Amino acid sequence: MFGVTGDLARKKLMPAVYDLANRGLLPPAFALTGFARREWGREDFAQVVHDSVKKYARTPWREETWKQLSEGIRFVQGSFDDPEAFAELKRTVEELDERRGTGGNHAFYLSIPPSAFPQVIGQLRDSGLSDPKEGTWRRVVIEKPFGSDLTTANALNDVVSEVFPADAVFRIDHYLGKETVQNLLALRFANQLFEPMWNSQYIDHVQITMAEDIGIGGRAGYYDGIGAARDVIQNHLLQLLALTAMEEPASFGASDLRAEKEKVLRAVTLPDDLSTSTARGQYASGWRGGERVGAYLEEDGIPEDSITETYAAIKVEIPNRRWNGTPFYLRAGKRLGRRVTEIALVFKKAPSPYFQQIEGSDVGSNALVIRVQPDEGVTLKFGSKVPGSTMEVRDVTMDFAYGNSFTDESPEAYERLILDVLLGDPPLFPRHQEVAYSWKILDPITEFWATQEQPEQYRSGTWGPTGADDMMARDGRMWRRP
Amino acid sequence: MIIDLPDTTTVELNAELLKLRKEGGVITVGRVMTLVIDATEADVDEAITTANIASREHPCRIIVLSPHVDGRRLDGQIRVGGDAGASEVIVLRPSLDAMEHADTLITPFLLPDAPIVVWWAGVVPLVPAATGIGAMAQRRITDTKISQTPSAVLCSLADGYTAGDTDLAWSRVTRWRALLASALEQVPDQRVTKARIHGDLNSPSILLLGAWLRRTLGCEFEATYDREATGLVSVCLDTPSGVISIVRPDGLNATLSQPGQPAHVIALPARTAGECLTEELRRMDDDPVYGDALQQVAHC
Repeated sequence: MFGVTGDLARKKLMPAVYDLANRGLLPPAFALTGFARREWGREDFAQVVHDSVKKYARTPWREETWKQLSEGIRFVQGSFDDPEAFAELKRTVEELDERRGTGGNHAFYLSIPPSAFPQVIGQLRDSGLSDPKEGTWRRVVIEKPFGSDLTTANALNDVVSEVFPADAVFRIDHYLGKETVQNLLALRFANQLFEPMWNSQYIDHVQITMAEDIGIGGRAGYYDGIGAARDVIQNHLLQLLALTAMEEPASFGASDLRAEKEKVLRAVTLPDDLSTSTARGQYASGWRGGERVGAYLEEDGIPEDSITETYAAIKVEIPNRRWNGTPFYLRAGKRLGRRVTEIALVFKKAPSPYFQQIEGSDVGSNALVIRVQPDEGVTLKFGSKVPGSTMEVRDVTMDFAYGNSFTDESPEAYERLILDVLLGDPPLFPRHQEVAYSWKILDPITEFWATQEQPEQYRSGTWGPTGADDMMARDGRMWRRP
Repeated sequence: MIIDLPDTTTVELNAELLKLRKEGGVITVGRVMTLVIDATEADVDEAITTANIASREHPCRIIVLSPHVDGRRLDGQIRVGGDAGASEVIVLRPSLDAMEHADTLITPFLLPDAPIVVWWAGVVPLVPAATGIGAMAQRRITDTKISQTPSAVLCSLADGYTAGDTDLAWSRVTRWRALLASALEQVPDQRVTKARIHGDLNSPSILLLGAWLRRTLGCEFEATYDREATGLVSVCLDTPSGVISIVRPDGLNATLSQPGQPAHVIALPARTAGECLTEELRRMDDDPVYGDALQQVAHC
């Protein structure tokens, strides 16, 4: 694991490894080698893993599990430009192969900035670490962002694919490890109920939202110049769109699933006028959850004239047989009302002259909402009569929460993903082609935005800039309040 | 069950709600609206009791805002199950500064898509729709009964009237309006020549009922007040066919007299705040009749 001193490694990856071990899903020979510049010994690193597991693991602490796991923990100190350090790494893992019987299978987890990829991957090749012996495998795991536009994504892919074959590259998008996203496949294809209406005849439009209530925190260096669209729309939201809009795959095997996702991503088109079909904003100061919070432009390390958006909303169309005429609206932002990710299919209004005219009724459109996080589940909204002597209708909801129906705790996204890497099970991981199609969708928008002035300011704690509401109003629609 | 969360954040409160939902399995299922209670200067428990009565007909999530007079932290409390009627109650005690931004404070707790109703239990805002929480809401419910100078407050409400505003003083006379309207339906000649109203001196309900009569009937109008009376005592409508009157001297039972019919005794006690709130929550669209009556009050 490269980048073991990072937040992600400490808060998610190491605890996930422990949880997997605790659930009995790791082979007894499993070993974890950390690589970082810091002057640590093996014990220091083991202590770091120990502490982060104790603090962040989801399964209970078991001394035996830890003892078993800690015996396989190693640490190699060095910088990415030091061939000697990689030679040491090679000796370490080979020693583990012999002593613990890991069997010569190695997965390299690059929890590092993309700028360091060429160097690290080059070192892996030069040291011979990336060459599998007969009957063993080498896999590499990389984290988003997969580039910042099509050109850089292609360049990044060239670097990686030069050393590792396509099926050995695992692009981690932790959203796709979420139970609900997989459940989306089950909801759509294991049921007969939804499929007949899953098209433009009944669905007016689809809204995919990913809202965070926090600001950029200490990530100014990463975030400025990237923005909400590149940070989450390109990967998470477009993946959710693909899963929502695709046709049924022939099987849930990796290649069939990817084929359908790629097909639908390739069919996505942008409206002609991007100035009326996109919106962006930057959070201004305000009060969030009873505390005063500052504006994006006041954050440390953010230039006053930054045009990076912290809120992005776009409209896309999929003019195929299923979706022609049903737009998809995607929005993502920071410092919004609350943390929520969801897919909402908003139905057309019932063509009933009687119910459309009832005075006092507030019948809205039906909606099927797939809540991705928090509180994973599905909500169905429909109209029902208010008890009483008059015919009044109001919206009610039918609610399914995973927490209630399946009491067993669902595994953490990273647990699932790490396990899939070890098993070599790729359906959840996007291939480069999907990444490239996503950038093709987003590039015209970010290029257009780069020519515009500073984004509109929106008050922290609200649901985004008025420009985004105007964008929906032009189509006669409204954002849901998630 | 009452769970206190002193010195907390909205994120923590939401996590607690989620935990309760996972363990209890009932919260938020089937709620049809979010009722926000601004309990500034009001008795929190009394307001919650009233709202719980309304929640039996309208299962809702109740958010109570009750600012600290001093203190800088946010205290929270969650009530579910037996302590929350047919709803779940979130009590927020923010600092006065944070109360200025109550809209973003309650945003994390609003039910998705569901309509928002705001009820001011202890104060009457001069322009309800201009407040942060009022601007988000479909319906804004004030209660001018708590004010010392109801006619001045009604005038201010009339100036700032926005569709969706309503007042509990108006709901208190709903039954009177219904009785008068149905009695008038039954007389042969329905041209009212004069309307008379008698009651308490400082009652916004009487002002609103009088304004409604003037506006709808467009006839001569006379109001007499009596410091000793409690609430509305009588309403009389003179028509060519005879006099229609509802007289309630004891504040409990009223006598309805109409031409050609024997007098009926009707139980007509003052309505409780719970009943009035329940009635107001029944409809989510605006009440133009109230809007008209309010404008009429302001004209005089």
